[in-house]
Amino acid sequence: MSVAAETVILRRSGSGVNLARFAVYALLIVAAAVFLAPLVSMVFTSLKSMDEIRAGNLLSPPTAITLEAWQTAWNSACISVSCAGLKGYFLNSIRMVVPAVLISVGLGALNGYVLTKWRFRGDNLLFGAMMFGCFIPFQIVLIPMAFTLGKIGLAGTTAGLVLVHVLYGVCFTTLFFRNFYVAVPDELVKAARMDGAGFWQIFTRVLLPISWPIIVVSVIWQFTGIWNDFLFGASFAGGESQPITVALNNLVNTSTGVKLYNVDMAGAMITAAPTILIYLFLGRFFLRGLMAGAVKG
Amino acid sequence: MAATERMAGRRRLANALPLFVLSPSLLMVTIGVYGFMLFSVILSFTSSKMFPRFVFTGFDQYERLFTNPRWGVAVQNIFIFGGLYIVFTTILGLGLAILIDQRIRAEGAFRTIFLYPMALSFIVTGVIWQWILNPGLGLERLVQSWGWESFSFKWLVDPQMAIYTVVIAGVWQVAGFVMALFLAGLRGINTEILSAARMDGAPTHKIYTRIIIPALRPVFLTAFVVEAHLAIKSYDLVVALTKGGPGFATELPSTFMYTTTFTRNEMGLGAASATVMLMTLAAIIIPYLYSELRHERRG
Repeated sequence: MSVAAETVILRRSGSGVNLARFAVYALLIVAAAVFLAPLVSMVFTSLKSMDEIRAGNLLSPPTAITLEAWQTAWNSACISVSCAGLKGYFLNSIRMVVPAVLISVGLGALNGYVLTKWRFRGDNLLFGAMMFGCFIPFQIVLIPMAFTLGKIGLAGTTAGLVLVHVLYGVCFTTLFFRNFYVAVPDELVKAARMDGAGFWQIFTRVLLPISWPIIVVSVIWQFTGIWNDFLFGASFAGGESQPITVALNNLVNTSTGVKLYNVDMAGAMITAAPTILIYLFLGRFFLRGLMAGAVKG
Repeated sequence: MAATERMAGRRRLANALPLFVLSPSLLMVTIGVYGFMLFSVILSFTSSKMFPRFVFTGFDQYERLFTNPRWGVAVQNIFIFGGLYIVFTTILGLGLAILIDQRIRAEGAFRTIFLYPMALSFIVTGVIWQWILNPGLGLERLVQSWGWESFSFKWLVDPQMAIYTVVIAGVWQVAGFVMALFLAGLRGINTEILSAARMDGAPTHKIYTRIIIPALRPVFLTAFVVEAHLAIKSYDLVVALTKGGPGFATELPSTFMYTTTFTRNEMGLGAASATVMLMTLAAIIIPYLYSELRHERRG
């Protein structure tokens, strides 16, 4: 029950209550309008021609809706030297994000399982050491990582980016699964062991079937984080493997001549679409993931 | 005899298996986090330029760093940006959480609206705000069209004010998340104490200032750590919004490190700046992790 709810119930009879309620809604609606305005402006602008943009303002609705800017952003906008739009980079991001998410979540699940159900001396220290890896500023690893990727032949490749995202993602997924499995009663595991189940059987038959909530959270967390990454993409990807965030930044900030704001906005929406869709459909889990990452469990 | 040996062998295998499963991650973290950290710190004591060269020069790079005017601007900016970012996301987050907690209709819709920017990449956020704040067609034109004809808003191209545009965009992106943290905190407060306070006739604002907000202390701490962490790591937002400009007016430690290392080929200096960033963040994160883990053991 909410803290304020009780206050409201107790004071419902008072005449000041209606005014207070009105103020609450007024403030919330104003705040919501401010938060939504950038999105509205982005959608409107992406549907206008440059002439209409010059004639109108941020929030004027498009009168002659055109998808031209979207087509340009997807197919033919110039990014660095080639003028083939964002579509190739969108695929690059998908090729990067899918394996990176699967591997890091899989490893995180196994690590969480070992750290809670197969405890050994120093396991908590080990976990703490891994957790610190979630929080380092990545600038500290950029130089050695660039050389290492070069040495093992993965510089400028999608595989290299997958490796980097798995490495720095596994800290988070381990944290999620460890905090989830710590709450699973050890008796379940003991009983399974009595019945002769081994390491893998306990994992696949006892723990995995009840893990779906934390799997969803981890997948969303990893997907959003990796899809939205810019620093690693900009540092380690070659022209052929650049993710969409890097391409969008190039599209917007290296264009010469007149700035095409409608194409910029369409490009931004294309880049944001996958994570926004996940947020809208799985918002509850998205929030839980954010909180888990922030507050540890 | 042979049977017991076989069993002992199997048991040893069973004991080794969990560690074996853990080993790929341990290897990655040992090398990729701690090994690389050490490597960068060592580099910061060398005269490396384009490639690592292990010619040790003591604290020379740190001296160069702290006398570098660009780094001076970056440090000043991280205090301005970080300070305002932390203050505004906390105030806005707490305010929105209290409003949403008033047993309102359509709570879910409001929460969704305040939180959606968190799903975006900082690059997307930067691109959106570059459009909104652009002098000419952006906010300036909008306010002028509302009738305030002389309204002028050119922060994005004003070296004195550009850093504040980064604050605006950053607060817009993260405030909803801070709201969610505080909302979770508000919903976890023991309602018995509150009812007791009301029985005694305490007015609502006193209940907030004397009971509710003090009870949220752990949430304030978490919010602070998350915000400080995001602020120090901020890189993409500046790159997309201002490119560190005009000039280097919006340089941050993160952008300084990147350009110094990779475009100006001053690897030793870049490593020194990264080391300073790491130390700053560690000074915030390690006490926090320590207290959290200790708390957990007691709990």
